[in-house]
Amino acid sequence: MTKTIDEIVARHAGREGALLPVLHDVQAALGAIDAEAETRIAHLLNLTRAEVHGVVSFYHDFKAKPDPRPVVQVCRAEACQARGIEGMMPAVTAAAGDRVRVETVYCLGLCSVGPNARIGDDLHARLDEGALTKLVERA
Amino acid sequence: MGYAKQPDFGTPEVRSDKTVTLSIDGRDVTVPEGTSVMRAAAEIGGDIPKLCATDMVKSFGSCRLCLVEVEGMRGTPASCTTPVTDGMVVKTQTPRLEKLRRGVMELYISDHPLDCLTCSANNDCELQDAAADVGLRDVRYGYDGAHHLGQAPDLSNPYFLFAPDKCIVCSRCVRACDEVQGTLALTVDGRGFASKISAGTQEDDFLSSECVSCGACVQACPTSALMEKSVKEHGKPERSVVTTCAYCGVGCTFRAEMRGEQLVRMVPWKEGKANRGHSCVKGRFAWGYANHKDRITTPMIRDSIDEPWREVSWAEAISHTAGRLQDIRAQHGARALGGITSSRCTNEETFLVQKLVRGGFGSNNVDTCARVCHSPTGYGLKTTFGTSAGTQDFDSVEHSDVILVIGANPTDAHPVFASRMKRRLREGAKLIVIDPRRIDLVRSPHIEAEHHLPLQPGTNVAVLTAMAHVIVTEGLVDAQFVQERCEIDAFEDWARFVADESHSPERLEPVTRVPAEDLRAAARLFATGGNGAIYYGLGVTEHSQGSSTVMAIANLAMATGNIGRPGVGVNPLRGQNNVQGACDMGSFPHELSGYRHISDAETRALFESDWGVTLDAEPGLRINNMLDAAVDGTFRAIYIQGEDILQSDPDTKHVAAGLEAMDLVIVHDLFLNETANYAHVFLPGSTFLEKDGTFTNAERRIQPVRRVMDPANGYEDWQVTQLLANAMGLGWDYGHPSEILAEIARLTPTFAGVTWERLCDEGSLQWPVNEANPDGAPVMHVDGFVRGKGHFVVTEYVPTDEKTGPRFPLLLTTGRILSHYNVGAQTRRTANTAWHPEDLLEMHPTDAENRGLNEGDWVKLASRKGETTLRIKVTDRVAPGVVYTTFHHPETQANVVTTDFSDWATNCPEYKVTAVQVTASNGPTDWQENYADLSERSRRISHEAAE
Repeated sequence: MTKTIDEIVARHAGREGALLPVLHDVQAALGAIDAEAETRIAHLLNLTRAEVHGVVSFYHDFKAKPDPRPVVQVCRAEACQARGIEGMMPAVTAAAGDRVRVETVYCLGLCSVGPNARIGDDLHARLDEGALTKLVERA
Repeated sequence: MGYAKQPDFGTPEVRSDKTVTLSIDGRDVTVPEGTSVMRAAAEIGGDIPKLCATDMVKSFGSCRLCLVEVEGMRGTPASCTTPVTDGMVVKTQTPRLEKLRRGVMELYISDHPLDCLTCSANNDCELQDAAADVGLRDVRYGYDGAHHLGQAPDLSNPYFLFAPDKCIVCSRCVRACDEVQGTLALTVDGRGFASKISAGTQEDDFLSSECVSCGACVQACPTSALMEKSVKEHGKPERSVVTTCAYCGVGCTFRAEMRGEQLVRMVPWKEGKANRGHSCVKGRFAWGYANHKDRITTPMIRDSIDEPWREVSWAEAISHTAGRLQDIRAQHGARALGGITSSRCTNEETFLVQKLVRGGFGSNNVDTCARVCHSPTGYGLKTTFGTSAGTQDFDSVEHSDVILVIGANPTDAHPVFASRMKRRLREGAKLIVIDPRRIDLVRSPHIEAEHHLPLQPGTNVAVLTAMAHVIVTEGLVDAQFVQERCEIDAFEDWARFVADESHSPERLEPVTRVPAEDLRAAARLFATGGNGAIYYGLGVTEHSQGSSTVMAIANLAMATGNIGRPGVGVNPLRGQNNVQGACDMGSFPHELSGYRHISDAETRALFESDWGVTLDAEPGLRINNMLDAAVDGTFRAIYIQGEDILQSDPDTKHVAAGLEAMDLVIVHDLFLNETANYAHVFLPGSTFLEKDGTFTNAERRIQPVRRVMDPANGYEDWQVTQLLANAMGLGWDYGHPSEILAEIARLTPTFAGVTWERLCDEGSLQWPVNEANPDGAPVMHVDGFVRGKGHFVVTEYVPTDEKTGPRFPLLLTTGRILSHYNVGAQTRRTANTAWHPEDLLEMHPTDAENRGLNEGDWVKLASRKGETTLRIKVTDRVAPGVVYTTFHHPETQANVVTTDFSDWATNCPEYKVTAVQVTASNGPTDWQENYADLSERSRRISHEAAE
């Protein structure tokens, strides 16, 4: 782990505001940024552990523990609620079981075509319960 | 003298030559440009409700309680983030504001426990005050929604607790840690409703975090979320007294907040000019030693150190001691008697001890612990500048552009000043560190030294001369300054000397082990980077060439024109609270107060007529000479006030032999310290909380110390000295230390304008306070040096006689750590041991591997002088070939291994260089075992006589 982090930080060396890009790369490489990783990153960037932890914990996409399960992000903001996402959630949760992690997000920027979901970098719009559970099952 | 909170103006003071006039609630107020509306209102006694604002940190604008209406401005701006403008018309109280503020308070209180009556902040809580101020009568949200109640407190720090349920996440603590202390140990974890104050990662609590326990967060907290455990235990203070800390030479002023005779807490005083409202773990929290069970409060005597102590009355102790002193004087002469003054006691107490020795004992055998720390500073700066003291005040660092730290570790030893220095470094000042060890300042969060020159211990003079070589040969001398302010002949001699090729960084690199290119770059930066300030500590003075190094520093400052204005100067960081004062008070055998030589007949006459005695014109013995003379049998009795020479002085076995040879050793101290193992009389001392007097800090600032409780032993220390003097027939009748201070002022030109009343009124004065400087002198040598012209001194590098070799291949250097102070007599008797329970030996991984040693192993540390055992810490903070330890614990007695080599001019011991070997060990050395036995035997107290 230390080696991976060292390499990532070296890639961003000298860059102003290197912390966020470093965190993105560490999250991508290790699947999480745990206390040990925060400590190492803090040391390399000459920051305190608290500063790094403050940033890591602020963003939901930085994880404290790796979770290898596939992720389906479901929008439950106002527009998608208006188009019935809440009613679909029991079915989505059941389809996910323990195998898939369903994350709530607030707005994917596609309000006119909701309900919406996201898997990886792919956006899915105009979902109904069937389409959404299928997405979860295939995730 | 009732209890009132310190005023809080909400946002920091702004310094500007331009002022702005505005109207607040119909009253005109004029403030410096850039001031916030909140502060302007506070200046005229207004009280805009606030939660996230406090004047120790920058405004933040998050709590939305301090909203105001400004004529011509839309909405209701936050007064903390709105700067004043000329002609502005502000209203702080309107129906609209009332409603808004109440709404905000309702939200806060909907997620706050309503246990005010049992809360430790009851009646001392800004949330409570704000609720009252805004007229909160109802919380329409109820208390059943999502909340943070019931979350477990973090009790890990020994001195304060963090209760998340009481926290309103105003982040004042986070900002105080960032801005005031500069440690940045705290953060807000998560966001939105889940936001929580956190000390580091999810695995950290306050104790394991990077927190240094300075207390700034606790002071900043508006509720009881961060609260001193002592307040939880004792309740809210009912009165407060401003006094001066008795730890290091920074001289922080505190409010001792009391309930009856119980000290509840020490809170840094915002008006303190040395600390500006900040503190460290020692002064803020580590005062528990004052009432520790080890404290001795009854006088004790014994005929021989093999006997147990016998408790006696003060009257018996004093008459016995005076009688013994007189007998010994009659038998062996006045020069067989001597005394040691304490850098921890007040100026007045120190003055009296040297007066007793000179005027009562009849010898000049008086010395002080400054002998073993900053005596070279006295000698070196007097020779070059004309005054035995640093040239600046601490505020000066705010104007520095390049800061050179040599042989000092401010973040550990002078933490409050270090915070101020770090703030300046974060603002962009450049840093050069010359130290064998990678101290925290070299690289710690948001601080990175431009150059760290990790020199071989003992080569300070070579490094500084090489820097001077670069400055002279590359034409970087401030010729105008030198021409106008310095002796030209001496300068030219010096310039010729340093310019010699033998002093080039390249030629000296094999000796100093500092890469020549780095050294050249550092020299260029110092000479050309703007205001250059030099800060140094015992890593400069405690060498065989300590005085030479001080003079080399002075040369460097003069050659670059860095003397006589804010932002520059030569700044010795004094180790103990009153080491400057002890030196000022005539504690050295050759000097009367104000650094006037004892051989000077005119000065002597002044004292003789005032004291009604005849003074010896010959300088007396220094500490080490007293010990030598004791072994020879010519020195027989010593009065030691507040110093543990057995543990603190070098070559412990030699100290022990000297003490053992004396007929009478009088120890006047709080505890049965290590020296008391060899004592025949123990006179209980009083703490700084139990006495009036003054301390003088590293910036020559004289500050009052005030008695907040009665002495547990019955007498303030100056009273004990007076009792002894009177038992010897001297007829002193001081009723209060202010009378002693008046005598000091009468007899010492640099203190002429100092009075107790002025100190109490003005808070502090920086000497000289005389006709030329009626209000004291923050910066010295402004228009010219005290001695007239600055004097350059040629400083030839002479290697120490302490050499490494096959038997002792490593160099040991010593220092201290944040949580402990000196020999630890005080801090070891507090919860500070949570951070540093034992002395550790730092060793480079390569050296450890070569010896098959691992982290935490017990090792034997041996020198030509002695050996001890301790555990090792493997770290690359030290270079290969160098090991480092602290000297806080008597079990280790690091000074068993240090040598009797010392500074050529002042005999300041060479603590910082000892050739040693380190080997695996499985138990204490013979010395440690024998000493532990002796210590146990010698501390026995027989209670029979007292009953």
